[in-house]
Amino acid sequence: MAEIKEKEIQSLSEVTVRFAGDSGDGMQLTGSQFSDTTAIVGNDLATLPDYPAEIRAPAGTLYGVSGFQLHFSSSDIHTPGDNPDVLVAMNPAALKINLKDLRPGAMIIVNTDSFDPKNLKIAHYDTNPLEDDSLSGFEVIEIPITTLTTNALEGSPLSIKEVTRSKNFFALGLMYWLFNRPIEPTIEWIQTKFKNSPDIADANLKVLKAGYYYGDATQLFSARYIVKPAALPKGTYKNISGNEASALGVLAASLKSGLDLFLGTYPITPASDILHYLSRYKNYGVVTFQAEDEIAGMASAIGAAYGGALAISTTSGPGLALKTEATGLAVMTELPVVIINVQRGGPSTGLPTKTEQADLMQSLYGRNGESPVVVLAASTPSDCFYMAFEACQIALKYMTPVILLTDGYIANGSEPWKLPEENDLPEIKVNFRTEKEGFYPYERDKNLSRPWAVPGTKGLEHRIGGLEKEDVTGNVSYDPENHHRMVTLRAEKVQKVQQDVPDLQINGDPEGDLLVIGWGGTYGAITEAVNRSRKAGMKVSQIHIKHLNPLPANLGKIIKSFKQVLVPELNMGQLAYILRSEYLIDVIKLSKVKGLPFKSVEVQNKIAEILGGNNGK
Amino acid sequence: MENKTIDTQELQVKLTAKDFSSGQDVRWCPGCGDYSILAQVQRTFPDIGIKKENIVWVSGIGCSSRFPYYMDTFGFHGIHGRAPAIAGGLKSAHPELSVWVATGDGDLMSIGGNHFIHTCRKNMDLKILMFNNRIYGLTKGQYSPTSEKGKVTKSTPFGSVDYPFNPVSLALGAEATFVARSLDRDPKHMQEMIRKAAAHKGTAFIEIFQNCNIFNDGAFELLTNKETKPEYVLQLEHGKPLIFGVHRDKGIKLDGFELKVININEGDNSINDVLVHDEEDSNPIRAFMLAHMTDNPDLPTPVGVFRRKLKPTYDEGVWNQISHFQAKKGKGTLKDLLYSGNTWEVK
Repeated sequence: MAEIKEKEIQSLSEVTVRFAGDSGDGMQLTGSQFSDTTAIVGNDLATLPDYPAEIRAPAGTLYGVSGFQLHFSSSDIHTPGDNPDVLVAMNPAALKINLKDLRPGAMIIVNTDSFDPKNLKIAHYDTNPLEDDSLSGFEVIEIPITTLTTNALEGSPLSIKEVTRSKNFFALGLMYWLFNRPIEPTIEWIQTKFKNSPDIADANLKVLKAGYYYGDATQLFSARYIVKPAALPKGTYKNISGNEASALGVLAASLKSGLDLFLGTYPITPASDILHYLSRYKNYGVVTFQAEDEIAGMASAIGAAYGGALAISTTSGPGLALKTEATGLAVMTELPVVIINVQRGGPSTGLPTKTEQADLMQSLYGRNGESPVVVLAASTPSDCFYMAFEACQIALKYMTPVILLTDGYIANGSEPWKLPEENDLPEIKVNFRTEKEGFYPYERDKNLSRPWAVPGTKGLEHRIGGLEKEDVTGNVSYDPENHHRMVTLRAEKVQKVQQDVPDLQINGDPEGDLLVIGWGGTYGAITEAVNRSRKAGMKVSQIHIKHLNPLPANLGKIIKSFKQVLVPELNMGQLAYILRSEYLIDVIKLSKVKGLPFKSVEVQNKIAEILGGNNGK
Repeated sequence: MENKTIDTQELQVKLTAKDFSSGQDVRWCPGCGDYSILAQVQRTFPDIGIKKENIVWVSGIGCSSRFPYYMDTFGFHGIHGRAPAIAGGLKSAHPELSVWVATGDGDLMSIGGNHFIHTCRKNMDLKILMFNNRIYGLTKGQYSPTSEKGKVTKSTPFGSVDYPFNPVSLALGAEATFVARSLDRDPKHMQEMIRKAAAHKGTAFIEIFQNCNIFNDGAFELLTNKETKPEYVLQLEHGKPLIFGVHRDKGIKLDGFELKVININEGDNSINDVLVHDEEDSNPIRAFMLAHMTDNPDLPTPVGVFRRKLKPTYDEGVWNQISHFQAKKGKGTLKDLLYSGNTWEVK
């Protein structure tokens, strides 16, 4: 053990850190390791991975910068932080891209080795920012991270390239030291991850420790920091991303319903991780069917659902577009299929790795004919678990396709999740039709749901398909009256789901000057903005919609209790449009389509602007 | 209780073709080749050894795809081209079922082409009957991806300029493990092919030449007319020499990489010069050569089984993995699921 010189330890209530470097620098890994360790020491946290679509963009370029932001705190938090307090910049491009986001006076830790003429030029720096006064408003800590990494690995059997690749662990080790976190969880992780490559494991461990001890040895830092554990409710916790939570949610529904889980899907950013997670759970009887395309992903799920499986399809915007026709088939055949759409920037290929909420209209209306489906949206990473579970419950109870909207931000972001007890989740009752007597494929129960009569059931042989059905018998019918009736019945059935939609809870007073209505992944930013505005004395309240179709029953009543309504959305105003047409009210829009989540201050400023305050300043 | 007694009796009674008729009015045009296909399926199904309730017919869109409505089995009328994908999901999730696909040349070779080749590639255990009439019937007469080049139709008034698929060759190229061809006007042969497909474990593809008497009448006349059939059709029979002709005196000889017609009674030729059909040939080259005889006007058109090969199916692979891990780790529980990995306690 190196000699540890005691440094002053300052206590902070919350910190926002951003790791940034080349897309090949391992910033996502560094960030997620720091998050996991931070979760384990008991802080509340929220993360924002932000990376380019290119797997290895040309080194040193501005568009190749990959970032991972983490906000951790000793109290309850909702967002990954607006403005980082600490930036770790592994190269000039990372500094240039991220500088504008930092809070004044923020700490910038730079890898000086990469600030050479070549990298400065690629990052479009005319002069070295470390040598002029452009960073004068910040606390810049210059560290030759590459050199120190190479020194730490002197005599290593690894190639120079492999050696320098370990430098992210130096940065990680240093940050662990700076924020007083244990390095043991990452040591364990390295030992497991690289158990088949002992040389690499050894190198990463050495460099991690070198980074940690460097903090002690150097005079660069005047203090270390501590962020005390948050007072979270008692229980067992896990740090969870939205995609993992979605995977666990549908699997939990499979276990609670006793149905085998079938995932029909095609890889697409940012939804593929759900497939990756589910493909591991073979011992849960999960079939993950990586189809030849998005259409087949959905079509195979319909086939599996027809046979009596709990069928899921996962995708992102362009994939949802391809599933359109098949989704209509699931509407017509009234089969339970859950589609998880992890929204990304559009239109077309758009911004595959960036977040957006612009698929709401597509989900609600993007099919031919009158084709209603249930649409839900998750609000945080861990909420994906509950919403995925609920999507399955609804699909099975009402024999209907359900689209669950998440987005790149909550899908890749993570937060501590208090794990539910097994009994916290309800059983999901599934009644396959077995009684031959009086069986009609389109006879409906009190929920307007039709019987699920699966192949293999003797005496229930019947035919269904995409042609219009005769009411009750399910025979093909072109009768005009029947078609009108069936269109109405399908719509009524989806509307009936409202009986299971919980009433909206108001954050704030039940009436006031302004109601902020959000949906999906903007929950954290809006909540923080509303809470701060309320502290400043504004009469603003918040509701967050997780059921987009059907809408919660008490929504109209709540809206009418406020003078004005603000709808912040990461689109051009899709929910705003729906609320206007549904409730005949005016709505103030706050639109942002930059591929990034809201900063809470953006919402807070808008609230202040509407309520005539001092604009949040 | 009465119902139960009847059920038991039903079990003992051998099913007949009629038991596989749904009783729905069949709505194909009078004289359509599809009637024969329906009849041969209904005739063979009582004998294929599969319980009626375990049979599912899946289809796409087109005249052929009305097929499931007429069968008294489980049936799913899907959307255009997607029948193999729907059927593949069904079979993978429920391997105990016998899943059949009724499709056409437009449905399977055009809009469903991608699903078809991947179904073959994965050796999905599906039986695919493709009714090939070389025309779009339900949309009233446009050329299809199997129409011959130069085909004059409503959408190609001056003749089509593109080349057709050879469906058998495509299926072989995509590694289907059972590839056969039959004719709507040869009921016995078709029944035999259906029985063989039913017995095969893996992707079984049967191309059935089917006459559309409205939009492409007589497309297969030479192959089905009693007078011309012996000269134009070559019956592929496993282990037997490839002989055809009214007098059974013509044979197919493999000459280098060419197939040639020889008269086995002329000159030095004899039956020993004739290629013996081996549907289990591990090398697909000869099967491809047989497939491409269709494109050569100097050669007869083969019908029968081109290739049959056994290898593990997709659903077997999937469920073997599942059983392996269930045996190794035990069936997963909700508690294991949630409480595994990096967890910590807040006290």
